[in-house]
Amino acid sequence: MSILETRKLNKHFGGLHVTGNVDFTLQTGEMHCLIGPNGAGKSTFFRLILGEHQPDSGQILLAGEDITRAKSFQRIRKGISVKFQVPGIFKELSTRQNLVIALQHHVPAGMLREEVDRLLEFLKLSGDQAQLAGNLSHGQKQWLEIGMAIALKPRLLLLDEPTAGMTPDETHATGEMLHRLNAEGMTVLAVEHDMAFVRQIAHRVTVLHLGKVFAQGSIDDITADPRVARIYLGEVDA
Amino acid sequence: MAEQSRLRAALRLVEGPQTIGRGPRFWAGFLVVLACACAYPMFADSYDVGNNVYFFNWLFMAMGLSLIWGYGGSLSFGQTAFFGVAGYCYGVLTINLGDAYGLTLLSLVLAVGFSAVFAAVLGYFLFFGRINGVFLGIVSLSVTLVLERFMAQTAGPQWAIGSARLNGFNGMGGMPSLTIPWPGGDIVLFPDLPLYYLTLALLVVVYLALRMLVNSRFGNVLVAIRENPQRAEMLGYDIRKFQLGGFVIGSALAGLSGVLYTSWGNYITPASMGMTAAALPIVWVAVGGRSDLTTTLVGTLAVLIVFQMLTIHGSQYALVVMGILLVLTVLVAPRGIVMGIVDAAGRLTRRKEVR
Repeated sequence: MSILETRKLNKHFGGLHVTGNVDFTLQTGEMHCLIGPNGAGKSTFFRLILGEHQPDSGQILLAGEDITRAKSFQRIRKGISVKFQVPGIFKELSTRQNLVIALQHHVPAGMLREEVDRLLEFLKLSGDQAQLAGNLSHGQKQWLEIGMAIALKPRLLLLDEPTAGMTPDETHATGEMLHRLNAEGMTVLAVEHDMAFVRQIAHRVTVLHLGKVFAQGSIDDITADPRVARIYLGEVDA
Repeated sequence: MAEQSRLRAALRLVEGPQTIGRGPRFWAGFLVVLACACAYPMFADSYDVGNNVYFFNWLFMAMGLSLIWGYGGSLSFGQTAFFGVAGYCYGVLTINLGDAYGLTLLSLVLAVGFSAVFAAVLGYFLFFGRINGVFLGIVSLSVTLVLERFMAQTAGPQWAIGSARLNGFNGMGGMPSLTIPWPGGDIVLFPDLPLYYLTLALLVVVYLALRMLVNSRFGNVLVAIRENPQRAEMLGYDIRKFQLGGFVIGSALAGLSGVLYTSWGNYITPASMGMTAAALPIVWVAVGGRSDLTTTLVGTLAVLIVFQMLTIHGSQYALVVMGILLVLTVLVAPRGIVMGIVDAAGRLTRRKEVR
């Protein structure tokens, strides 16, 4: 059963074909990484899934349901959640308040305090809950936003470079956290540059290049593929 | 039982993360200030009492702007448009309906309701059209100025609604004051004791109700939109609805100010929607500290009093001082001067506790 499927997805910006006929299928329960050189169309692909951009043609299906024309907030309510590349947190609000806002939507009022405490514990942010979110360290901000994203209990979690700017220890701990969430049934799709991290989490990897799916397979297949190595060095034209 | 506990939960929201001031010390201070306000008329002459009602009238509009701009992050120049619309609406209604049987009170409700509907229509096109940031300010200011221009040219006798002449640039007068029907003689609320206490009571109710609103789930989303609209939407909130809701409530409060002002002076003019009038609420709210209701209230009252003192001593330069005050606030205390003082006091007491 596929949780996410795109069919012949196309997006142009003027003359630039940023997403070209992308057929992509993500199986439920999978941890999947999207890699590719800068300008490969990874972020645009994410924005199309989230509804921040409308495709010129093609279809997006979430667990079989066509969401191509749904608004962003509707897609979120149907079970997609996202962590942005630059931490998208509420800087002038306390860490705790950030999580309250993420949780209040679907947690009954009586349970809210308890749930927030549990999530703070899980993110190792209990000690900083009164701190303004903007004053947290970069790694903590990343975790806070991951926390807000998983607070929605999504079926599909999108992560745009979740470990950018993290120390190797933080990166590793993030990977372990994702494995735990995955074990509870969350499907994960991540854009990532850190190959050690990709190796740690990904069941499968898709390489995007010039807006098209260039290669797909296990991390070992991908790293062994000489063509993939070459596009990172800029030697292959599509 | 369930209703009781729900009521208690709602009352608890009067303190929360989105409002300054909690605990017995704050509320004791609140009661002292309230007691002073209640006792004030005993020590002041009737002119000063009426003049204070004039100050109170504007505070509703300021708190409304705090909600829209300070909490919701949408800078609206439209407060005076809703002020004017409600003021004129009250005038037209009361001149036609008269002041018997509590019809002035009905007119108040209808006029505020009319400004809320107007805000809902305008806000729908603004927020569902995704007009944000500086463009929201431009559009709302344009609407305000168009209304001013329109009302200014309604001088001829053909500009009348029922028996109410709009009177163009000279403004509309002669509407009755708010009147409470009372056995043994209606109570007409001239700018004197009864109106003072009524306005004060309204002020307390609106202030407390807004505190509960901004600390509620609705308020949480409102500040989330101010901080990061994209993130708020990506948590599954239809942010347009929340923005519209905040805008309608804030604008209706400006409408309430308009009605109270019109009833207070039996007078409303197009100038109340002019460029100067539209800019002043921004100054009041910014100087106090727009992101909190209490600092907005204190700041607005202080600026209003200083502004009036300056106007008495040298009319036009008072506006120049207001401009300088706004520039200084932006440069020195961007979160507001009252807010800056509160922050500094907070730092001092915390340091003492550490020792």
